[in-house]
Amino acid sequence: MTEVDARRREHRRRGRLRQSLEGYAFLLPNFTGFAAFTFLPVVASFVLAFYSWDMMQEARFIGLRNFINLLTSSEFWYYFYNTVFLMAGIPVGMALSLGMAMLVNQKLKGIVVFRTVYFLPHICVGVALYVLWVWIYNPEFGLFNQLIQFFTGVKGPAWLSDRFWAKPALIIMGLWAGAGGKSMILYLAGLQGIDPSLYEVADIDGVGAWGKFRYITIPMLAPTSFFIFIMSVIEGFQGGFDQVIVMTGGGPPPGATTTISYYIFTEAFEEQRMGYAAAVSWFLFLLVFAVTLINWRFGGRRVHY
Amino acid sequence: MPWSKEGSFMIDESSMSKRRKRRRDGVRRVISYAVLCLIALTMMGPFLWMISTSFKERDDVMTKETHVIPWRVFSYIKTADGRQRVRLLRDNGETARVREVLPDGTVGELRTVPSGDVVSRARYYLRGRNYPEAWKVGNLGRAYLNTVMIAFCITFGKVLTSSLAAFAFARLEFPGRDKLFLAYLGTMMIPETVTLIPLFILFRKIPEMLNTLLQTDYFTTSLYIGDWFVGTPMGVDSYFSLIVPGLFTAYGTFMLRQFFMSIPRDLEDAARIDGCSSLGIWWRIILPLSKPALVTLVIFTFMGSWRMFVWPLIIVDNPKMMPLSVALKLFQDQYSVDMTLLMAATVIALVPILLVYVAGQRYFTEGILLGAVKG
Repeated sequence: MTEVDARRREHRRRGRLRQSLEGYAFLLPNFTGFAAFTFLPVVASFVLAFYSWDMMQEARFIGLRNFINLLTSSEFWYYFYNTVFLMAGIPVGMALSLGMAMLVNQKLKGIVVFRTVYFLPHICVGVALYVLWVWIYNPEFGLFNQLIQFFTGVKGPAWLSDRFWAKPALIIMGLWAGAGGKSMILYLAGLQGIDPSLYEVADIDGVGAWGKFRYITIPMLAPTSFFIFIMSVIEGFQGGFDQVIVMTGGGPPPGATTTISYYIFTEAFEEQRMGYAAAVSWFLFLLVFAVTLINWRFGGRRVHY
Repeated sequence: MPWSKEGSFMIDESSMSKRRKRRRDGVRRVISYAVLCLIALTMMGPFLWMISTSFKERDDVMTKETHVIPWRVFSYIKTADGRQRVRLLRDNGETARVREVLPDGTVGELRTVPSGDVVSRARYYLRGRNYPEAWKVGNLGRAYLNTVMIAFCITFGKVLTSSLAAFAFARLEFPGRDKLFLAYLGTMMIPETVTLIPLFILFRKIPEMLNTLLQTDYFTTSLYIGDWFVGTPMGVDSYFSLIVPGLFTAYGTFMLRQFFMSIPRDLEDAARIDGCSSLGIWWRIILPLSKPALVTLVIFTFMGSWRMFVWPLIIVDNPKMMPLSVALKLFQDQYSVDMTLLMAATVIALVPILLVYVAGQRYFTEGILLGAVKG
């Protein structure tokens, strides 16, 4: 036994240099790409944020001008407001996800089929789904307004082409696509991680269903909820990108559904204001970073409140 | 005896409550199923609507009389030699204006006949022709080929490089390892839009820069295989720029590293003593033991690259180089009036995703939970 140990130790010592070289070799393919297509662009983007450049003329160093313009532009704050507005669906979505997770956590025949179906929209997220929802929101012949007409007799709004309803329309679609997705799976795992004896004790004490939900399920799921919330907020700040490009083009009227991400997209690739767009993207990064800090500060605690 | 009396009373009570409980459970189960089905219908509704629209006739879509199962009203008039299909234009109860429909689908003569002669019957009618038409009009064949190729290359490359790097981070010791790993982790929270702009500039400028550097014009020429346009070597409209930036992500490395860390070292130590190299350990021990994590990464990467949208949108100009997502967006811009074709195209685009989902279903849950560790 000791002989094997000694041989092992000896082997490790001799192999240290070799191992270092090997380590770098294993890392090399990924690191090259990572450096070229992630690390370098991040640095480049940071530098670019202090320049004014339209890709045609020489780039001009303008110091903090981009950031000042950004912070003083009412346009930008409107888009910031839009982005936050679209996040209004997060609490609703979380409640829906929790409810659905509890439903599919029951021991019922065929429950796996329901889980599969609930997860389906999340799988299909992408351009195809957004194209489909443009048709669903069609003011005249779309599914949504036909259902509204059928059940209430009232003519529905024009949704994506309505100044007021365009944002709620995006939220509703987001709820449909997201409720049964990642959050539901996370909640499901959380529910299955709760010690069943807690519920048994509650049963003996004669606690009702609501009491069990309020005093066992909710507190035990607090870390999961916190994680889902943080994740959704981070995604929310970066959200409204693909769907806005496909569904509304930032309108109507121009700007009504423009989010920070879409603003960056138009500034960079339509207006060719590369430096300014880079500055906006760094502002977005700061927002995400702030949320991440909150997560690190409070999320690590494994305390059930 | 008071003791036995109380005992029997208790038994009675519990059996009663058991019966009541069973009945309550039954009611609860019915309610559960009802709610479950209602939600399932909500989730499926848009998809059913999409499929239904894709099988309809153009005229039957832009109408308020919507039927879930596509159907049409067919009208006939009796003629001397059987019956003649017609399109009913107006019917005032006495006479009807009809237009004959010829066997090849074109319209014929306009006629006025007594109302009683017109027989109308509704039946389901699936128009399958939308699919080949959408396929052709939307140039989906080429888009499909592009997407499949891009998705396969990205998936293979990413899993390969990530697993190599993850092995180094998890198992090998070298100076700067933890700092490097922290750098990887740090980039995971950087929004896509931050790197998008420099990447765009980089890939727009690379070919010209290389041209001047190497005194050639090769890097901006169009390449053909036979008369099959395959884009430029690198830069705008090239497979290179569609694939390469997607090959290296921190996420894959991070996820696999977490998994590799959980594999016991004993096997590996034994293999090392037997003279197995690091590469051998990676290939013969770590990879086979990490199958679930690898499959999960494969599925997520495949689906991610299948639906990749913004990057191809800005880096591809030529329709022949477009992946499915961008081709679909272009299709939407051009044919937004014809919902039947558009919906057929979306069905075509979604089918592979659904197949992957059904085939690899159990890995989705695992993947989400593995990814959640990063919180």
